[in-house]
Amino acid sequence: MNSIIQTDRFVLSETERSAIEHEMHHYEDPRAASIEALKIVQKERGWVPDGAIAAIAGILGIPASDVEGVATFYSQIFRVPVGRHVIRVCDSMTCYIGGHEDVLGAIRQKLGITPGQTTRDGRFTLLPVCCLGNCDKAPALMIDDDTFGNLTPEGIDQLLEAYP
Amino acid sequence: MTLTSIGPANRTPRTAETHPLTWRLRDDAEPVWLDEYQQKNGYAAARKALAEMSPADIVATVKDSGLKGRGGAGFSTGIKWGLMPADESINIRYLLCNADEMEPNTWKDRLLMEQLPHQLIEGMLISARALKAYRGYIFLRGEYVDAARNLNRAIAEAKAAGLLGKNILGSGFDFELFVHTGAGRYICGEETALINSLEGRRANPRSKPPFPAAVGVWGKPTCVNNVETLSNVPAIVGNGVDWYKSLARPGSEDMGTKLMGFSGKVKNPGLWELPFGITARELFEDYAGGMRDGYRLKCWQPGGAGTGFLLPEHLDAQMYAGGIGKVGTRMGTGLALAVDDSINMVSLLRNMEEFFARESCGWCTPCRDGLPWSVKLLRALERGEGQPGDLETLEQLVNFLGPGKTFCAHAPGAVEPLGSALKYFRQEFEAGVRGTPNETRPGVAASQV
Repeated sequence: MNSIIQTDRFVLSETERSAIEHEMHHYEDPRAASIEALKIVQKERGWVPDGAIAAIAGILGIPASDVEGVATFYSQIFRVPVGRHVIRVCDSMTCYIGGHEDVLGAIRQKLGITPGQTTRDGRFTLLPVCCLGNCDKAPALMIDDDTFGNLTPEGIDQLLEAYP
Repeated sequence: MTLTSIGPANRTPRTAETHPLTWRLRDDAEPVWLDEYQQKNGYAAARKALAEMSPADIVATVKDSGLKGRGGAGFSTGIKWGLMPADESINIRYLLCNADEMEPNTWKDRLLMEQLPHQLIEGMLISARALKAYRGYIFLRGEYVDAARNLNRAIAEAKAAGLLGKNILGSGFDFELFVHTGAGRYICGEETALINSLEGRRANPRSKPPFPAAVGVWGKPTCVNNVETLSNVPAIVGNGVDWYKSLARPGSEDMGTKLMGFSGKVKNPGLWELPFGITARELFEDYAGGMRDGYRLKCWQPGGAGTGFLLPEHLDAQMYAGGIGKVGTRMGTGLALAVDDSINMVSLLRNMEEFFARESCGWCTPCRDGLPWSVKLLRALERGEGQPGDLETLEQLVNFLGPGKTFCAHAPGAVEPLGSALKYFRQEFEAGVRGTPNETRPGVAASQV
């Protein structure tokens, strides 16, 4: 039976390693770079594989269980593979009043996934997110690093087309 | 991002005397970089503070000005600063800027960081001098990518100009500043959870006491202030206490100006810098333009998800802590939300408690178990499948999760809007109990959940 956690073949890239070591210098204690280290790996790979947990722990000199504790606490660290594009739909009450559930419904219907899932073709992952601070243009969402507001269910098709 | 309005905001020019936080904003909404910021008198207050004022002078000035925290709790900034240890031998101290803006319906710090990054940096520089902090971190939520880019560029400009780093402006004072971006979770905005998160730990709040001023990040004295709070500091130091105290409207116990807003189905949702003490009605009618055609104001929240709902008759309340306190809730962030008559309160509260339940850190039982329980009850009521006694159970939860009964302020914030909705719109909740005729449930939204 295959081990669920495969850590033996994982190696951090030189870019990842040097970026993590650079971040460590911004803090009094290497542990403080753990969240940034996870984000560095995620930026390179799209998500954080099991092996990265042990590798980051090794660089920072803290237990792997602590790194995993951090990785599983924060909602924007992904411990499973995600799609090429991550859709974060703001679910604040302001967006609710602005028609958030209709917009979310249109996305779910178009992609055939519910929040927390990834499309079969690996193109999109759909997630809820805390208020995006776009309340004068509710409802709002982010795709990757781009924020959009004043959304309508009718506009969803065209919006998603820009992210192949 | 808009600062325009239907009412007086367009007729009142923004000046340094009347709009200390926003007068430097550009009409094209582009960031104000260092050259322009300095042309607009930027860093003059920092020069004054470093050359002419002792740290104790700066603390006293800010304390006398009456400045209160702008993150929602409204605690006196000067008193908070005064809690830092007097012992000079403790020479490692930190200033943290809470830029983890995730409170639903709050988008004021984003504006200040994206368009006026140097104003925040200048505020942090002066504050760090007052607190004798040698290093600062701006704890910024990860989704604010534009703010991160602009702050980092502004910090680089300030460093190159000798406004950050060693021996700033020849004063002998050293201060270095970093942007730390988060990875999600609303609870990071709680100041001790923020400290844990900055240290690279799970963002569970810490037990108080000890307070961060005594034992903060890496065990050292630490002060955590909100973006808008720190952005107020340059003008207070530059223009003085008397000027600052003259800004608020008569009757207000809070001093200065505040970024206030109105969103929801109003004609002109937006954000404006306004004096404390204006009435919510002015904000709603003159600035936000009232409701869009075809909608009626059902109720409103004065400042974020963690504040209670108020009725249209409460719009004459003055926007300051005591003014909103008089009508039964907290001013919070001062960014108000209009709820229109098409919205069912059970559905709205279900949406809000789903958020609060998801964002509970799970550390203490009332919050971890109580919030999902409220969601379960609200979902049942929304479907018309509530049981007799559900409303009483919700009221019990409002009580058991209230102030003083949980580890931090997350759950008390979560139940404040629930308690007020049960108080003012009880019949909408009662209508969700099984067997109640559907025609008494106006505006029930079909849940997508």
